[in-house]
Amino acid sequence: MTSESKAIDLRSEVDRLISARPISVESAALVSRRLADLWRAEAGSVAAAFLVSRFEKLRGKLPLQPYRLAILRSFTVEPAIPLLRAEAFVHGIDLTVQLGDFNAYPQEILDSNSLLYRFAPDAVILAAQTADLAPELWHRFADLEPEAVPSVIQNVTNNLSQWIRGFRERSSATLVVHSLELPAIPSAGILDAQSEGRQTSSSQCRAIQEINQALHVIANEHRGVYVLDYDGLVARHGRLRWHDERKWLIARMPIAADCLVYQAREWLRFLMPLCGKTAKVLVTDLDNTLWGGIIGEDGMTGIKLSPEYPGAAYQSVQRALLDLTRRGILLAICSKNNPEDAMPALTDHPGMLLKPKDFSAARINWNDKAQNLREIASELNIGTDALAFLDDNPVEREQIRNAMPEVTVLDLPEDPLAFAGAIRDCPAFERLTLSSEDQQRTGLYAAQRERSQAEQSFQSKEDFFRYLDQEAEVVPVSPTTLARVAQLTQKTNQFNLTTRRYTEQQIAELATRPEWQVLSISVRDRFGDHGLVGVAITRDEKDTCEIETFLLSCRVIGRAVETALLSHLAGIAAVRGRRCLSGRFIPTKKNAPARDFYSAHGFQLIEEKPDGSVWSLPLPQHKIASPEWIRLKTTEGAHN
Amino acid sequence: MTSTILDQLRGVASDLFNIPASQITAESSPQTIDAWDSTQHLNFVLALEEKFGLQLSPEEMEQMHNVGEAAKVIENKLQGSR
Repeated sequence: MTSESKAIDLRSEVDRLISARPISVESAALVSRRLADLWRAEAGSVAAAFLVSRFEKLRGKLPLQPYRLAILRSFTVEPAIPLLRAEAFVHGIDLTVQLGDFNAYPQEILDSNSLLYRFAPDAVILAAQTADLAPELWHRFADLEPEAVPSVIQNVTNNLSQWIRGFRERSSATLVVHSLELPAIPSAGILDAQSEGRQTSSSQCRAIQEINQALHVIANEHRGVYVLDYDGLVARHGRLRWHDERKWLIARMPIAADCLVYQAREWLRFLMPLCGKTAKVLVTDLDNTLWGGIIGEDGMTGIKLSPEYPGAAYQSVQRALLDLTRRGILLAICSKNNPEDAMPALTDHPGMLLKPKDFSAARINWNDKAQNLREIASELNIGTDALAFLDDNPVEREQIRNAMPEVTVLDLPEDPLAFAGAIRDCPAFERLTLSSEDQQRTGLYAAQRERSQAEQSFQSKEDFFRYLDQEAEVVPVSPTTLARVAQLTQKTNQFNLTTRRYTEQQIAELATRPEWQVLSISVRDRFGDHGLVGVAITRDEKDTCEIETFLLSCRVIGRAVETALLSHLAGIAAVRGRRCLSGRFIPTKKNAPARDFYSAHGFQLIEEKPDGSVWSLPLPQHKIASPEWIRLKTTEGAHN
Repeated sequence: MTSTILDQLRGVASDLFNIPASQITAESSPQTIDAWDSTQHLNFVLALEEKFGLQLSPEEMEQMHNVGEAAKVIENKLQGSR
């Protein structure tokens, strides 16, 4: 009963804070934290309705990102929508959802004037059941002649292919397609899995799996089309538990009440990376998190870290963290410890799967953890909102939640054996695409540390720049760089003049327009390759070349790379006959480093408004000198 | 026992229909609460199933004409499962 009364207290605290008029930004932030507390305590349909109605009252007071989602479906999903919207609100997304009519998705997709397109969604989910997409395979498989099965598979695959292509021709929104689920019990029972002496087309499960494989191929052929592994989702929670036959028959609702929240969370996994809500660094504790026990008391031989119980729980945690690094997520340590106790365990303990090189930063001291987290973010040149925090101690977690509400704090269960699962379940670590930069990121940061050390040995910055021996290459966006370019527009917050976000499809579309230029810049130096670190998007209109987007990853800020890129833009605009290079600075909470960019490069201020300033440089009389210590290679912007 | 279940249902109805629990009585029904339409009735049923960990039959769903009757259905169901 105590948890129940605590939940009631949270509700009345929220309503008391909201009833104050006007609501201050501070109290809105507090309400938001309390609503997140309530959600952690009782995520479900009841709390979802409460959260949604309260968050809606805080619009304008919280930094919520609006996002429009359309769901095309063959079954009742209405009860899952408040759960999805509550989950989204807790993660900083204000979701507007439109539902299609039952089984009307073919018309909705193929009619350019349908409600679907008039809604102008950012993303669309196609959620259709196997029973609706392939009724012959689901209901009547036993009656099908084996020879007829391939043509049924082909029909379903053709339909999916036609809808996906038809959608892409009419919209650049992201599309997420549910895969087809397998039956809990195949119509032939255990015989379904026996292929000896029988044709492969006599297996119901295999027939459905073939459609799923074809779906992956089709999705791959289009930009911004992703597969939600619905069969995997159902299997994860148990096919028999997932379904409620009675609700299906009376309300076309196939999902059991207590599983709806899992469906909502699976959708959220896609929305997080689509909205750029991703954690880039996981900061982890050591004692009772990476190993069992306390290194300062139990010592090297006393801590639990091995393939056997109980040390296996902590090796699983380390395995999960290693997997995150393969997605481009950096690891850092924040531990209350004596470095002379902790370091030997990190370097020499035989059970350690993680090696010192896997960590990009470390704070092993007795300082306040919030302070340590700020230092780590600053050292790695990222915002604190890109941090995730892993700690077995609920008190530390609560302190970080209060001091730094922007940090993703992982909620760990009591049982260490469940830690790894909680890490893998965190939606802030989800990615939809992986660039080569992502996979090498830990190495990139190691090179960065060497650079910082070298920098300190030089008298002047220029001497250091010369020593760095930088080479920059500016090229038009291409199919291989598309993912990275779009990702940079979505993730770069600091050196970003306009903070305009683009999806892969939008970038691809702009690149085909003759008046638009989408350029990327890659940088390397004597310590290694930074990879693709900057994007410039311009649009010619009459005499003017307008800079729509100009951004640079923070790891190369302050090395005159931005000057080299701008110089190139001015040069090629003049070659195209433009008389003026124009740019805009739109201030955000985070892009102060870019504020003086245009004035520092000789642009004239044309207009100053609260939502931004407009700058202009006459061409061709003004040239921007590219720094002599950067070798600039360019490929002419050949349009395809 | 009845009062506890009824109180919990008033809390559920308060969250779902967005009205203070103090204004919800055993007699509150789709006739007295505007937001309680057929879609919300399904949500109400699902919320109760989720909260009390049970599944309601179509017959039981039909008996739930107001909050008090819903509380009786849940109570019978919980006693039956013991």
